Amino acid sequence: MTLAAADVTANYYLVLAALLFTVGAIGLLVRRNVLVMFMCVELMLNAANLTFVTFARELDDVGGQAIVFFTLVVAAAEVAVGLGIIVAIFRRRRGATADDLHILKG
Amino acid sequence: MSSSDLLDLLWLVPALPLAGAVTLMLFGKRIREPIAGWVATALVGLSFVWTVVMFLALRDVEPRAHETIIWKLVPAGGFDVQLGFLADPLSITFALFVTGVATLIHLFSIGYMHGDERFSRFFAYLNLFVAAMLVLVLGNGFLITFLGWEGVGVCSYLLVSFWFERPAAAIAGKKAFVTTRVGDFGFMLAMFLIFEKLRTLDYAALDRAATLSTGTATAIALLLFLGAVGKSAQFPLHVWLPDAMEGPTPVSALIHAATMVTAGVFIVARAHPFFEHSGTAMTVVAWIGAGTALLAGTIALVQPDIKRVLAYSTISQLGYMFLALGVGAYAAAIFMVITHAFYKGTLFLGAGSVIHGSGDTQDLRTMGGLRKYLPLTAGGFIVAWLAIAGMPPFSGFWSKDEILASAFSAHDYGVWVVGVAAALLTGLYMTREVFLVFFGNERFRAERASEAREEDDITASPTVAFGDAPSPARLDHDPHESPRTMTTAILFLGALAVVAGVLNLPFRSLEFLTEWLEPVFEDVPEIHPNSFVGGFALSTLSVTMGLIGILVALSLYRQGLRRPDEDPGLARLGFAGRLFGHAYHFDESIARLVAGPVTRFSDWLDRTVDSRVIDGAVNGIGGLFGSLGGGLRRAQTGLVRNYALGVVLGAAGLLLFMLVRG
Amino acid sequence: MEFAIFVIFAALAMAGALGVVLARNPVHCALSLVVTLISVAVFFLQQDAQLLAAVQVIVYAGAVVVLFLFVIMLLGVDREESLRESLPYQRPAAFVLGAITLAEVLFLAGRTWATGASSQRGSLDERVDGENLGNIERVARSLFTDFLWPFELTAALLVIAVVGGVVLARRSGQPVELLDEAEDEQAEEIEEEVREEAHEEEAVT
Repeated sequence: MTLAAADVTANYYLVLAALLFTVGAIGLLVRRNVLVMFMCVELMLNAANLTFVTFARELDDVGGQAIVFFTLVVAAAEVAVGLGIIVAIFRRRRGATADDLHILKG
Repeated sequence: MSSSDLLDLLWLVPALPLAGAVTLMLFGKRIREPIAGWVATALVGLSFVWTVVMFLALRDVEPRAHETIIWKLVPAGGFDVQLGFLADPLSITFALFVTGVATLIHLFSIGYMHGDERFSRFFAYLNLFVAAMLVLVLGNGFLITFLGWEGVGVCSYLLVSFWFERPAAAIAGKKAFVTTRVGDFGFMLAMFLIFEKLRTLDYAALDRAATLSTGTATAIALLLFLGAVGKSAQFPLHVWLPDAMEGPTPVSALIHAATMVTAGVFIVARAHPFFEHSGTAMTVVAWIGAGTALLAGTIALVQPDIKRVLAYSTISQLGYMFLALGVGAYAAAIFMVITHAFYKGTLFLGAGSVIHGSGDTQDLRTMGGLRKYLPLTAGGFIVAWLAIAGMPPFSGFWSKDEILASAFSAHDYGVWVVGVAAALLTGLYMTREVFLVFFGNERFRAERASEAREEDDITASPTVAFGDAPSPARLDHDPHESPRTMTTAILFLGALAVVAGVLNLPFRSLEFLTEWLEPVFEDVPEIHPNSFVGGFALSTLSVTMGLIGILVALSLYRQGLRRPDEDPGLARLGFAGRLFGHAYHFDESIARLVAGPVTRFSDWLDRTVDSRVIDGAVNGIGGLFGSLGGGLRRAQTGLVRNYALGVVLGAAGLLLFMLVRG
Repeated sequence: MEFAIFVIFAALAMAGALGVVLARNPVHCALSLVVTLISVAVFFLQQDAQLLAAVQVIVYAGAVVVLFLFVIMLLGVDREESLRESLPYQRPAAFVLGAITLAEVLFLAGRTWATGASSQRGSLDERVDGENLGNIERVARSLFTDFLWPFELTAALLVIAVVGGVVLARRSGQPVELLDEAEDEQAEEIEEEVREEAHEEEAVT
């Protein structure tokens, strides 16, 4: 069965990417668990990647895909180091949240 | 070397004492007494010698004026001031007697200041003063004269408060400086006016004084006279001079009798074209002079302090000089400046000698009969007394007489009458002083050995104010004559007081001074002398008035005082006497007039303007930044989520910007 | 066909995203993330980015999320997060800002950004010797020629990340005190409770 297809233009993907980005942003602000906040950051990154790929096809430019490649690499490195930091901070504790890190309070 | 070239070295005259001052200030600690004193005296003496050379050189120069420029001081566009000196009869005359009298007083000071721990500094200041005074009289323009003017003011302050451990001395020094400042303000305003109208501050401007309007000339003249009133202690700025007696006696002699106070006379004489052009100014000068002469004379009648009497006497005699200037008798005024320097200098030095020899007391009521013990001092003092009282043939007679005669001839009968009355008073108060000190009963002996000299309190003032109880008689040994350095100076000056009359005898071809000063005062209308008989009659009148004064005082004080606290003259004057004694309560009135409102104003300023406005503004700014910081600090919560919120907020803002702009 | 795929996987992506944000248990969040990641990979495929799709699945879903799960288990932060929000303004602000950002992006995307500019870095469909290159080869060519410098840099970046990870995870000397003492004690108490509970459970069973 074929659904009456509207043409899936780039706009569809862009809107979706925007939605994903927004959800990720809100999640980052609302959640207190550090790891979940991190995952929301990954969400946002993915939204960006989607946008890049969409435009790569739209504009017929391979650069868009190359950039996504780099974004992936950087995201991976960031996750590695970030989780390392989280481990270093929260090693001794259980149930620690982002709100507990407030020694920079001015 | 021609005279002109010699005159180019005029600058040596002020430079020598200045060098002395600098040397003594730098090396004073190493050059101890008495070398410091001799060095200073020698330098002033040399300056005097050089001035004589300048005088002789000037006589060969036509026209009688020679200007030497040292240095371009202020090359600011149209304002061209050059540091230079002018040798003309007026300036050289003043320079002569300033250096001469100063040399004698330096000599006197070597003995007087013996034992003082700041000996060399005293001489440094004295030299500095002479240097400043010479710059004043030798300057080639108003600004240079003003330089010297301020310089003598400073030195007067330094020297009056020389014994600054004494609060009275410090206060007196301040009072002198501040009061003359009021006058200096007038001088400065006059300079501004002169420059504005005549575009130059050199004395060459005087030639063009007649081109000004009468109003401008009057303004300039009166402003300059304000300066003179301050410096020469005329009413109403006379209040500093009696208090300045806190300074050492040589200072009183040099500065407050012979030299600095004559600066006012000098500037009026120098700037006479302005005064001549404005009749009003002349009248003001004459009347203020005459009035002051009379006023000060009354106050001197009942003062118990030996130096205070002389101080008020100086004020009175200066009044005479301004009287002369006011009626146009410039030569007569300058003649009196010279004779006054001699006889007043003698009187002050004599007073110093008396104080020194009778145990540092200054109370007339505790002296008496000192001529037996201080014969030389007494001799000088008596001679000077006769001079100041205007007795012929002493110098004072000739100078005072000439002034009164000129006033009469110029038809200024009002001031003449006042002047004659003041002559009577002069005779009176000076005779009183002479007899209370040197004649009559001896009131200085301590009655019991136990009352004899105690340790001196260095902070107590020896000045005896009117109304104070008589100082206790504390001397347990005979008073002694002063050392040779002091008596020599007294006798020398005394001799000059005797013979100085020859400078300007009122007989044709003997009026040396008037002739000498003629080039400076060419433009002044001559005062036609009376006929010989008229002149003789006038002289007799003034001498008689003086004699009356002397005789009255003689009758009152010949035996001295029966009891130290009973002054017969004061008793006779009753209420008026007390008024005179307190100097008409002038000081207190001003103080009261000013103190209340001024203090309240200052209080208000302190409370409102200073504390609230200024401090408020300054602290307010601090507080503002503090609260600003405090407010901004709350953004630093330390919570990651808040910072993330900030980031997202920024992103939204950025997108908005692009939206709007795109 | 494309449309149907799009709709299905879009829904899955959104569901996954919402799951990440809304799930209380962090492990559930991780799993939702996987769903989203795979949906995005499908989208990559649909847009002729085959290499990227593969890399996405291998790296992101395969490595990153696994790493997340490891850390969740290691630190024991799998306890459920309380719903109470400590900062009163945070949630409303988040929603508002999110909505604003979304609106802006949509506006902009519609009007300004879709410029239709010509290819900057070479066409996706570049042909060499008359033959169509595959996507992998095309991307690879681009990476090793136009983007060689960034490529090397990111390689260095990865090395740094490895080193950083090793350094951070070491237990060396004095651990840095970053958290509050009081809360530390609170945590100790909680630990005690848990152990007691466990003992009780054991005792019971």
